[in-house]
Amino acid sequence: MSLAAESADGSLTVGGVRIDLIERGQRHSQARGGGGPLLFLHAENGIEPSREIIEELAKSAHVLAPTHPGFGRSELPKSMRSVDDLSYFYLDLLDQLDLTDVTVVGVSFGAWIAAEIAVKSTARLSRLVMANAVGVKVGDRETRDIADIFAVTDPDYLAMVYCDPAVGKRDYKALPDAEVLAAARAREATARFAWNPYFHNPRLKSRLHRIRIPTLFLWGTHDRMLSEAYGRAYCAMIPGARLETIERAGHFPHEEQPKIFVERVFAFCGKVEERVA
Amino acid sequence: MRVYQFSEQAYFPAWNEHSGSLRVIFPNQKCDPHVAADLFHRYYDEYQAADELGIDIMLNEHHATATCMSSTVVVGLAILARATKNARLLVLGYPIGHRPDPLRVAEELSTIDVISRGRLDMGFIKGIPYEVAASNQNPVYLMDRFWEAHDFVIKAMTTHDGPFNWEGEYFHYRQVNVWPRVWQQPHPPVWSTTGSPTQARILGERGYVMATLGTGFGTRKVYDAYRKSYLSKHGKAPGADRFAYLGLVAVANDREEARKRGELIAGYLRTSPIVYPPFRNPPGYLPPEDNARVLRGESPPRTYTKAGRVISMQNAPVDDLIDAGVLFCGTPDDVYAQIAAFCEHCGGMGNLLMMGQAGFLTHAQTIDNLSLFAREVYPRLKAYQQPDAEAVAAAA
Repeated sequence: MSLAAESADGSLTVGGVRIDLIERGQRHSQARGGGGPLLFLHAENGIEPSREIIEELAKSAHVLAPTHPGFGRSELPKSMRSVDDLSYFYLDLLDQLDLTDVTVVGVSFGAWIAAEIAVKSTARLSRLVMANAVGVKVGDRETRDIADIFAVTDPDYLAMVYCDPAVGKRDYKALPDAEVLAAARAREATARFAWNPYFHNPRLKSRLHRIRIPTLFLWGTHDRMLSEAYGRAYCAMIPGARLETIERAGHFPHEEQPKIFVERVFAFCGKVEERVA
Repeated sequence: MRVYQFSEQAYFPAWNEHSGSLRVIFPNQKCDPHVAADLFHRYYDEYQAADELGIDIMLNEHHATATCMSSTVVVGLAILARATKNARLLVLGYPIGHRPDPLRVAEELSTIDVISRGRLDMGFIKGIPYEVAASNQNPVYLMDRFWEAHDFVIKAMTTHDGPFNWEGEYFHYRQVNVWPRVWQQPHPPVWSTTGSPTQARILGERGYVMATLGTGFGTRKVYDAYRKSYLSKHGKAPGADRFAYLGLVAVANDREEARKRGELIAGYLRTSPIVYPPFRNPPGYLPPEDNARVLRGESPPRTYTKAGRVISMQNAPVDDLIDAGVLFCGTPDDVYAQIAAFCEHCGGMGNLLMMGQAGFLTHAQTIDNLSLFAREVYPRLKAYQQPDAEAVAAAA
């Protein structure tokens, strides 16, 4: 049974804003290890690079993977200007679909949204997975915690965010128009939400203590946009959260090590269930 | 026709010392302040000479670059408001979308207008892509900020009965009350720049003076977009005075000398695009549809000759730059004929923004360039009969 696909093309309208939503897996099939549905929040590079992980996750869970407003074909109301706004949009989405016991899995920019959702309300959430998450500033004002991805060439960017840059390389001349446009929209939307302050909300740090659900940080160790020290400092701000590293993966570990990523997510879900039991 | 002298006030002594970028990341250790001081004084002397020769003046600003030392254009305006007597002082432009505080902009420009006794032309611009790195304003919202800042400055200049309130998307004030009030009524003329027909239509509706820079024989379609929207909004055709064009000008008594000067002035074109690539197209500066084409490696050519031959502004030889209407160069007769022909192409163009100094062109060469232009070319341009505006607009 489908929750989301109000129309044949897999779109969903929340508060008048139409977004794309991928829904996979059985609604009542419990996530391996138990629990409700899994909400996957994609990174700043859009939904396309996450298609494989979504299918992998759906083998064991009911997965909902929205395309954020402003990305892909999803609409963007003029009033939506911050990750704070996006988090309220997703709180509305959770209400509208009446989802409970949700595991939120976010990567990078998606993890930032996840944290902004969770500091507001965890009423519908049971667990949080934050992969190579952005969203806070941990160093002093003259320390660049997060590398300036808009100040490097494309090859340098790929070398920065991937262990194997070939994974992220796209041949835009060969891709369909819609995918090229989606890449252009992803770049613009990322800037819209993350230009200044750069990939963080200065207010978020002092709110993270409100997240009182089990939280796992996954960290690709070859990330040169964010250091592992950044991840550990971020992790330490959320009560009880712990961090696991993923080798041979950079800023998007779900793209470079999808199987390991999925195993870690469900191992975490299982451990949580055991602990609760 | 009016003519404005323009120089980017370059720090050319460092031009050959860069390693891939003259902007944003070029360390200022390459700038000797003593050399910079001498250059500034020289450039202001040349602007004063333009004033004495009956030529108007244009100033601009760029940031973090050896191609243009004027990083705070209001300083140049302030110097020239006092040091010149007759010239119009055109700022083209003031990147108001980048400014944190448009009240300050309104105060600065009102003060310049008063000190110059009403000689300010107020050009508001979006700014080239590289400026985003310096201001760190979100490029996605740059044009929204631009228009809100514009609306605010105009209201601040035209409100005379005490404070007003402004709580917009980007700017918040509760007691706006600009002293001194502007000299020109209701406010100094507004100018802007564009290369896009879409933006030209917006400027046409507002009736602002529209300048294009280096658009050569692609200029007509931008002007015609302006004409159509001006005509439909105002019920009459825009006069030639609504259009401005930035062209490089090198004039000498013989063609060989003129071409030498042309090549030196073209140093501006040679150096201006030397920018580390990531800063050339910040996200959101162009619409996503345009950026999709950029990702595919499809960028439309910007400059071509009258015959439709595409040229590279950065590398083209002087003769190609002349053919493209980017450089007006030769004897006074040649230069007059080239500019008049260009005006015909444009369907009328009433403000020549003359880059009469750039790069390694010396002070003596600059003074000679300006003097010869003022004596031999300008009188003929003043007498030049622009194409019939109504007929041109009707056919646009």
